[in-house]
Amino acid sequence: MTLELKGVSKSVDGQTHIHPTDMTLEKGTMNVLLGPTSSGKTSLMRLMAGLDVPNQGQVIWQGTDVTGMRVQDRKVAMVYQQFINYPSMTVYDNIASPMKLLGLDRGDIDTRVRETAELMQLTPMLDRKPLELSGGQQQRCALARALVKNAGLVLLDEPLANLDYKLREELRVEIPKIFEASGAIFVYATTEPEEALLLGGKVATLWEGRITQFGATPSVYRQPVDATTARVFSDPPMNFLQIAKKGDRIEFGDGQSTQATGGFAKLADGRYTAGFRPNHLEIGQHAPDAMQFATKLTVTELTGSETFIHLDHFGERWVGLIHGVHELSLGARLDVWLDPRHVYIFAPDGTLVAPAAYALAA
Amino acid sequence: MADMTVNKASSRPRGLPRINSRLVVMTLYLVFLLLPIYWLLNMSFKTNSEIVSTFSLWPRDLTIANYITILTDPAWYTGYINSIIYVSLNTVISLAVALPAAYAFSRYNFMGDKHLFFWLLTNRMAPPAVFALPFFQLYSSVGLFDTHIAVALAHTLFNVPLAVWILEGFMRGVPKEIDETAYIDGYGFGKFFVKIFMPLIASGIGVAAFFCFMFSWVELLLSRTLTSVDAKPIAATMTRTVGASGVDWGVLAAAGVLTILPGALVIYFVRNFIAKGFALGRV
Repeated sequence: MTLELKGVSKSVDGQTHIHPTDMTLEKGTMNVLLGPTSSGKTSLMRLMAGLDVPNQGQVIWQGTDVTGMRVQDRKVAMVYQQFINYPSMTVYDNIASPMKLLGLDRGDIDTRVRETAELMQLTPMLDRKPLELSGGQQQRCALARALVKNAGLVLLDEPLANLDYKLREELRVEIPKIFEASGAIFVYATTEPEEALLLGGKVATLWEGRITQFGATPSVYRQPVDATTARVFSDPPMNFLQIAKKGDRIEFGDGQSTQATGGFAKLADGRYTAGFRPNHLEIGQHAPDAMQFATKLTVTELTGSETFIHLDHFGERWVGLIHGVHELSLGARLDVWLDPRHVYIFAPDGTLVAPAAYALAA
Repeated sequence: MADMTVNKASSRPRGLPRINSRLVVMTLYLVFLLLPIYWLLNMSFKTNSEIVSTFSLWPRDLTIANYITILTDPAWYTGYINSIIYVSLNTVISLAVALPAAYAFSRYNFMGDKHLFFWLLTNRMAPPAVFALPFFQLYSSVGLFDTHIAVALAHTLFNVPLAVWILEGFMRGVPKEIDETAYIDGYGFGKFFVKIFMPLIASGIGVAAFFCFMFSWVELLLSRTLTSVDAKPIAATMTRTVGASGVDWGVLAAAGVLTILPGALVIYFVRNFIAKGFALGRV
């Protein structure tokens, strides 16, 4: 059971939503589409579902071409970011409706509705209308409807985005467990790198209608193929520093330079873009070969146990995530340190030259 | 606002009677509003001689003879039956046509959709008199003259655009994702539309039906022009009651009361949705 996209592309009114894309999704896998808003996650899902017909290319489901097939005839289920249920039906009828349409036996439907409702903790609400439920329950009802259908392809379009934090955490753990048993292909769109990492499986990073990388989630996170993927798969986005390697020095900013240590020592001379994740910036020197940068502190955000620091490094904007609460004065100079083992090196065109040393070790 | 009035009143020197301005305004308003209707009701229960000869605020000589005349004389009650037939026909046709049209306008983009949508409304800008002549000639030549369907069809010219506008507003409020979820679940278009979509816009359908009913019920010019005997509406009957013995005031008043009733009844049933309907669903 596979879903294969072959050179699928979609443009609307001259605007390209999806550039030609090839992708193969395997049975029983969780596939996360990760990208910022309007990067094409939903467009791609709609093509997979058959809600939209691609301008070019084919959608192959289990070896047969289903491009342009009516969505009613495809075996798919979809859950939207908005809580979409049938408001005029009770929760019971909502969950039962896809099975009724398949013409299943009444008793069968009843047992499966009750099983699924139990799983989704909806049993006490079966006789209520969806709009009388809380947001989390409404979304669970939508998920139940998608689950009960036993579809081979389940599309979840940011299903947790409109829920509050607590519920999101709960459902985020539940969803993979619940759907794992069904053996279907899952596609899960999200804007949050953290969510992609929690869900595991495979991840496809999207940027402006292109899939920049598709592979096992941890390896995409650790070894992004290019700067775009690294930026998408990092929250806050990855920081970048334009550097030039000359001999045993790396030059950056307005004539600053530092000793080339770690992975930098082996680089050929030339121009590069160095990238590092916010959590790797430190405000104290922890490694003997850490590089020191003089920056100006512009904004601090306190999240309780962590502090986001927004820095200005000779015109480049960096964000650092440091542990603990710190008394830092805005507008003042702040020295930060960066362990060279945490730095990715990209060529000027964005392709990865050398992944960070820590990523290779892990 | 309310507080200010109270303060003013309490600072007034004692002894002067306090005038509740709100009560006065409201009473005056209601009197002006209801006086014609009361007078109609008043007349309908009087005898002709009392109406013509004296000024009385209520019927001295209470009679229901006027109503009996209407309910027993076919010349009168067929007018009601005719009106109800063509009004119902018109409402059904208008909604049946407007529902798919409004759905298309709310869900699809097609060439000239916005212009077409606006053009629909311009149909309402022309006075019915403009259409009386073409309809009369057309219906006479195809043999539709003096039939219920003729009036019903003529009225759809005004009611379909209105119904489309009202329904489109309500439909726009239903997220498109519901349609798609239904298709994904396996609903065909027809089943989805009837089982899932129509209950969601039930109030809109109610309001649209109300407006179609009302317009068709009160419209006089087209319905009178396009009928003579077999489909003559009540409004036309009422304007042709000057007999040899003069005007039959009492019966005419009773007919008026009976003409107001259906509208009042319909308003009662859709009263909760009317405001939304006037906003064309765009609330």
